[in-house]
Amino acid sequence: MKILVVEDDPEAGRYLARALNEAGHVADLAADGEVGLEMAMAGSYDVLVVDRMLPKRDGLSLIMALRAEKRTTPVLILSALGQVDDRVLGLRAGGDDYLTKPYAFTECLARVEALARRQNPQSAQLTYKVGDLELDRLAHRVSRAGEDIPLQPREFRLLEYLMRHAGQVVTRTMLLENVWDYHFDPQTNVIDVHVSRLRSKIERKGHATLLHTIRGAGYMIRDPGR
Amino acid sequence: MAPGSPPSTQERGWLAGLGRMARTTAFKLSAFYLLIFALFSGIILGYIAWNTRRLLDAQITETIETEINALAEQYRQGGLRRLVAVIERRGRQSGSFLYLLIDSRGDAMTGNAILRVPVQSVSPGWSEMRYNWPDEADDIARRAKVRTFILPSGLRLFVGRDLEEQDRLQITIRRARGISLLLVLLMGGFGAWFVTKRVLKRVEGVATTSAAIMAGNLSERLPVTNTNDEFDRLALHLNAMLDRIGELMTGLRDLSDNVAHDLRTPLTRLRNGAEDALRKAETLEDARAALERAIEESDNLLRIFDALQMIARAESGNLATSLKPQKLEEIVSSLAELYEPLAEEAGLTFETRIGTDLLANANRELIGQALSNLFDNALKYGVKPEGGGGSLIVTAEKSGGQIRIAVADRGEGIPEDKRAAVVERFVRLDASRAKPGLGLGLSLVAAVARLHGGELRLEDNAPGLRAVLVLPEAVGSAGRSLAQGLALPEKEA
Repeated sequence: MKILVVEDDPEAGRYLARALNEAGHVADLAADGEVGLEMAMAGSYDVLVVDRMLPKRDGLSLIMALRAEKRTTPVLILSALGQVDDRVLGLRAGGDDYLTKPYAFTECLARVEALARRQNPQSAQLTYKVGDLELDRLAHRVSRAGEDIPLQPREFRLLEYLMRHAGQVVTRTMLLENVWDYHFDPQTNVIDVHVSRLRSKIERKGHATLLHTIRGAGYMIRDPGR
Repeated sequence: MAPGSPPSTQERGWLAGLGRMARTTAFKLSAFYLLIFALFSGIILGYIAWNTRRLLDAQITETIETEINALAEQYRQGGLRRLVAVIERRGRQSGSFLYLLIDSRGDAMTGNAILRVPVQSVSPGWSEMRYNWPDEADDIARRAKVRTFILPSGLRLFVGRDLEEQDRLQITIRRARGISLLLVLLMGGFGAWFVTKRVLKRVEGVATTSAAIMAGNLSERLPVTNTNDEFDRLALHLNAMLDRIGELMTGLRDLSDNVAHDLRTPLTRLRNGAEDALRKAETLEDARAALERAIEESDNLLRIFDALQMIARAESGNLATSLKPQKLEEIVSSLAELYEPLAEEAGLTFETRIGTDLLANANRELIGQALSNLFDNALKYGVKPEGGGGSLIVTAEKSGGQIRIAVADRGEGIPEDKRAAVVERFVRLDASRAKPGLGLGLSLVAAVARLHGGELRLEDNAPGLRAVLVLPEAVGSAGRSLAQGLALPEKEA
């Protein structure tokens, strides 16, 4: 995946670009808003990671300029301003996701990969299949090896989100944001309990484990056959 | 010093004072009123003078008229000779009637005055003319109001009355008018000066005090005279504002002290851990564990930071514009649903009683965060002290324009005298700090409640704690907004 990082702090920029490279992506670095906008317009990037406060042209203005040119490249905004209204402003300017500094790299990587997937047209498909686990969005049905699994509405949405991002790490905050639509940080392990309940419903003895806990990052649902 | 006579400093100061006075609103208003008052006084005095003059004029006319009637009576009874005799007699009497009878050639037959007019051509009727008494010098000209008659024999009779008295009165009145106008101006001017000086003094008091406040003496307050005038009301408002600012400043100072203290503690732990690892860690495993602890500490620091920032935002009122009508029952149920598994895992029975149509102007994120803090607290401290168990009951209801969202537990509760304290920042009741926490949870809830125009109440659940978030209900009912929603498409159609 080709990623453009627009970040003015050289150390933070290099760290992020190197970490993305190590994760198997190709990351370019732009040090200010003008250069960032030029590179974003010229190159074909899958995801842009844009710092909100940049010299010459700030991050939000960069995104708005990009959107005005009908470029739909997904953008992850990085910002030291993490309050509710800042996030709203960022998303309104045309950003697709918002991450407050400082962040854990795993969180950033998970979000970048999720954004790239969102761009993929097959992301909004009607049915998902991971191994022998199937989810039908229209019929609201989940089955494992042909056997129906009754799920609560929220559990269904949780599983749907995990399956849409099958093979990708999904962090706890991503789950809270996308399944519950809250952006704060609960101090207790609320998400873990929900995931473990879901796990107890979808996992079967004698079948391969599908829902994995990724230590220090989050969760991933994965087809054991691949 | 330059030649000539530059004004002395004292004079200049006085002039400057006058100039400053003249620029005040009070002075301008006073001057304006003074002008209007003087104008009206002038008009009224003028009217009085005019009326007096008219009255005098009528009086003179009447006197002359009476005199003429008497003369006519004499003439009718005794003919010309009688008339002449009467005129002669009367003309000698003291008094200011003047008589003159002339024949058709213009020669005076009798009379006591010399008229300074071509007597033969005077037409009959009323007129004003100059005259003087025969014993006077020619250059004295008196004024008189005269009635002229032409008798049947072609004789002309003039009967008049001197106007000096009237003129004197006129002069007196005019003088009185001038004096009273002068008095009005003087008194008004003095009044304006007095009022302006008073107002200036009050304003200067305010200015001096504000200058002192701006210089950093925040304990200064504007003077209040207890007359309850507009200055007092203004001063009271400004003082209340200063009190509020003072409170905020104190809060900020306390906060920064607390921040310094409570950030230093985890920072110290972080540093100590790193130093310790540097010195002692021999294996990669040890180093890795130390680094993980360091990251954990820094995450903790960040959480403190975030919470403080959020409290500050909520308290500054900056987020007030983000409040939108929300169905609180949806927020409460989603949070309850989020926490239910956790509560059950902790061995608590979980119960919800959530009403409907709980509409309030709210920020969904902030209410969610506040409720999440209440749930966190209930899970942390709400377990029965004697060996586990207990319950967590969530209720949301409305009554009397208020929406009450309560999270009740069966834990140890909070002693009544400590309830105010726990809402303060960084206050934690377990001195040992055995359980993880920041001591910011309830402060944040309280700040969010205040932002929404409500409050956080901590009540005794006997046993346990019931934390109640009281929020004002939104005025526009759900029914009305539905009606508006239905009305819109009709308009478009």
